[in-house]
Amino acid sequence: MATTEEIRADLADIVNEVAGVDADDVQLDKSFVDDLDVDSLSMVEVVVAAEEKFGVTIPDDEVKNLKTVGDAVAFIERSQG
Amino acid sequence: MPSTRVVVTGLGTTSPLGGDVASTWQAMLAGTSGIDYLEDDWAATLPVKIGGRVAVEPSEVLDRVKARRWDRSTQFAVVAADQAWADSGLEGSGLEPERLGVALASGIGGVTTLLANYDILLEKGPRRVSPLAVPMLMPNAPAANVSLKYGARAAVHAPTSACASGNEAIAMAIDLIRLGRADVVIAGGTEAAIHPLPMAAFANMMALSKTGTDDDRDPSTVSRPWDVARDGFVLGEGGAVLILESEEHARARGAKVYAEVLGAGISNDAHDIAQPDPEGRGGTRAIAMALREGDVDPATVVHVNAHATSTPKGDIAEGLMLHAVLGEHVDRCLVTSTKSMTGHLLGGAGALEAVATVMALHDRVSPPTINLDDKDPAVDLDIPTSKRDLPEGDIVALNNSFGFGGANVAVAFGSV
Repeated sequence: MATTEEIRADLADIVNEVAGVDADDVQLDKSFVDDLDVDSLSMVEVVVAAEEKFGVTIPDDEVKNLKTVGDAVAFIERSQG
Repeated sequence: MPSTRVVVTGLGTTSPLGGDVASTWQAMLAGTSGIDYLEDDWAATLPVKIGGRVAVEPSEVLDRVKARRWDRSTQFAVVAADQAWADSGLEGSGLEPERLGVALASGIGGVTTLLANYDILLEKGPRRVSPLAVPMLMPNAPAANVSLKYGARAAVHAPTSACASGNEAIAMAIDLIRLGRADVVIAGGTEAAIHPLPMAAFANMMALSKTGTDDDRDPSTVSRPWDVARDGFVLGEGGAVLILESEEHARARGAKVYAEVLGAGISNDAHDIAQPDPEGRGGTRAIAMALREGDVDPATVVHVNAHATSTPKGDIAEGLMLHAVLGEHVDRCLVTSTKSMTGHLLGGAGALEAVATVMALHDRVSPPTINLDDKDPAVDLDIPTSKRDLPEGDIVALNNSFGFGGANVAVAFGSV
């Protein structure tokens, strides 16, 4: 069972790969759109890469609720349950 | 003659011979080949194992995050456009975005993106297909991304006519300026089709040479336009861009001018989907139209960068066209096929060869055709096998491109 920090770090690597954001900036309180400048297509890429990485399914309807890095990490934690 | 004069004020390329215009041009003048064995693992399974990869990978010069959202063909276009734009001196010139256009072609579009995503679809399912696949693979993606980068709001065109696409984009750019729709157009072509599927398809239609694959022939000798041993083209990749500008706009800002674009001619064969008209009648009309539009005296045409791809029929037909249009003056015209060195860039070919044509006028020297050891007796043209000087005075050079589907495009450039 991965810790919150491990999930955050793996997600940060994905955001870095997709959007070029410094992985250290990808912290739980950061907004994907407002703080990290991740646009909608990049967000879909992040979601697809995260599904593959963490072995979870993130429905399209859920994506709009994932406003911050913390929202995404919490969803992944719940899904991995 | 059209009233608005058009000039070339910037050049850029990334090609099998070099990562910019200077290195590509020097390699051309030296008669260097950019063709080699492909290092890709899949090449071992193909009937053709050689090609002209770009000399400098775009990943070496582009921002990684931006580049991953661009098909390889767009990456080449952006590299070439960045160079041409910097060369033109237009940055910070106050050019209105509404007066800047883009006409940038590819023959096949983002075929490697399309096929890579199909592989993902089969292996991992539809959920894994990239949300960026469509804006990456669409054939107007190179033009669109260059227009975004430079804020070009006058127009964004991506004409597609197979191997004539790059030259057609240049012809379209001339029209945009002469019709008053733009003062400056970023024009050119790009192609990135070195992938097993298009290569297998070109090989199966007998268009690609299979020489140099299962024998000891040096890959650099396989592209041999007009030679009796030619048996098909060699696939290259890359992009090239020219900044075309109204002469009035260029003069007002004191721009450096490489050459004048005198005229363009476009015609169609309506003969066969892939074979050229054996008598070259459509091409003849296109070349004649380019000279007529530019009010060019055939006696001043001293150089032709030919389409000549190293195929048995096409190379002969182009010779007939030049004889038909230039008549006796063809005898003092130096004709070259730089595809002997670069391979065939498909939709990028017309643009790369336009850059070479402009440089030939600017430096007054014709690049050679390499591998012409035994000229086909059916070809009666003066084809230098090492670089040869062009005359002083007002001179004209032609760039020809012909595409599957029947399109013929000729553009006439004049010295300044």
